Amino acid sequence: MSNIDVWKIREDFPILKAKVRGKDLVYLDNAATTQKPQIVIDKLVQYYSEMNSNIHRGVHYLSELSTKEFEKARKIVKKFINANFDEEIIFTRGTTESINLVASSFGKKFINEGDEIIISAMEHHSNIVPWQMVCEERGAILKVIPMNDDAELMMDEFKKLISEKTKLVSIVHISNSLGTINPIRNIIKIAHQAGAKVLIDGAQSVQHLKVDVNNLDCDFFVLSGHKLYGPTGVGILYGKKELLEAMPPYQGGGDMIRSVTFEKTLYNDLPYKFEAGTPNIADGIALGTAIQYVESIGLDNIYEYEMELLNYGTEKLLEIPELRIIGTAKEKASVISFVLDNIHPHDVGTLLDREGVAVRTGHHCTEPVMRRFDVPATSRASFSFYNTKEEIDALVKAIKRTILMFG
Amino acid sequence: MNDLDELYQQVILDHNKNPKNFGILEDFNFHAKGHNPLCGDQITVYLKIKDDIIEDVTFAGNGCAISKASGSIMTTLIKGKSLDNAKKLFGEFHDIVTSDPESEVDFEGLGKLAVFAGVREFPARVKCASLSWHTLKQALENSEETAITE
Repeated sequence: MSNIDVWKIREDFPILKAKVRGKDLVYLDNAATTQKPQIVIDKLVQYYSEMNSNIHRGVHYLSELSTKEFEKARKIVKKFINANFDEEIIFTRGTTESINLVASSFGKKFINEGDEIIISAMEHHSNIVPWQMVCEERGAILKVIPMNDDAELMMDEFKKLISEKTKLVSIVHISNSLGTINPIRNIIKIAHQAGAKVLIDGAQSVQHLKVDVNNLDCDFFVLSGHKLYGPTGVGILYGKKELLEAMPPYQGGGDMIRSVTFEKTLYNDLPYKFEAGTPNIADGIALGTAIQYVESIGLDNIYEYEMELLNYGTEKLLEIPELRIIGTAKEKASVISFVLDNIHPHDVGTLLDREGVAVRTGHHCTEPVMRRFDVPATSRASFSFYNTKEEIDALVKAIKRTILMFG
Repeated sequence: MNDLDELYQQVILDHNKNPKNFGILEDFNFHAKGHNPLCGDQITVYLKIKDDIIEDVTFAGNGCAISKASGSIMTTLIKGKSLDNAKKLFGEFHDIVTSDPESEVDFEGLGKLAVFAGVREFPARVKCASLSWHTLKQALENSEETAITE
């Protein structure tokens, strides 16, 4: 038995009491976004009612207060992923913007004609398209690590792809559509031996397992606040200090400058060099609160409990003969993608919704993954530490009803 | 009947299982591809038109029950009809799926199209029902562009 008291935890999330179409909400779309605990909602209200002010510029009380709170959130993030310095933590709009920042800035400085960038076959569109854009602009070449039928990256192929031409390897830590946990430690080691830098897309990982960027030795790590029980509209880019220092600014504007004349502008130091304009102050502060909440439960406890849910869910779903799971890697997070014989995922999604069960259906912004497994789309149930085995039973029951209806 | 039963009326379930006019038409002279990026549905509508009459029509591809049934019912309705008639039906279909769910539907007058009234309750599914019709429109306009319902 795990150390998670799920019924007590559920009390922290007001939305979990919601009724959907007259039924109890069974929220199994956590890979799309997680629900927010009351403490995060309260923080947002508190910010706007007690401390709203612009940061890094005012000398008045409120400005000092909001600046202090915002910088405190930066420290919380730093400690959470075990970065070395505060200035290695850049606030962005989300994972997508974090990747685009690196693609644009690192690309301008370090990617030249004939260079190569390696991604994998299970990337989210946000970790494909920015690199295609860089490649087009810089005359570089994009290479893709293939995966096997269990949705595991083929490491032998990776070793064949990497060379001294490889400037960057950008890999998803945990696949949003397959649940696969990639062997990033090994990938980082191999890439570094070839002299390439590594970006890890942690949008789906920091909410499930402990990440230590120092220990991993990755060069960049990106994450989204809203998948980590925090608000939407805020994300993080972690980058090694010396790399970020060598990179040109991403956007120009206020806060990212030291001095401006019409002849010459001097850029600010890290992290502000990459934070042009007024940042998302409230959501940044509330992200700090969300991380503190996650830490109060403990990622080890979360991991253990979610594995229990994954195993239970996998077992129960496989008892349905018409169901096939897409993504059967040995190392998986609590994400289950599935298809039903002769029933389109969109029909499944609508029918489950009528039972109050929220799952994601579609290609999950991973069209190449759908093509790899020759399915137009999948249905995906993704579990959080606030989900219960009873909810998985409700999912199974709703799927069985769907099959019966289409029978 | 509750909303869901209305959406997945037996008619739709039957058309999904055994779609009419499904497959590639051998001697077509007009066709168009349709794509719904949201769910990955892809269909092609094939038409054999002579003297402004749709002599034959089929659709092929893959999609959800609603898009498949929609294609099946659409082809049944427009086969043998004039182009003007087909365009009129497109308008009627469009009006049904985009009308206010609260509004009254003249089920008698709509005939086979009436089954799609249930779709109005599900905004996310309107595109599924519309895909074949938009692809038909594209084909009639003889456009090379893929019809996209988004």
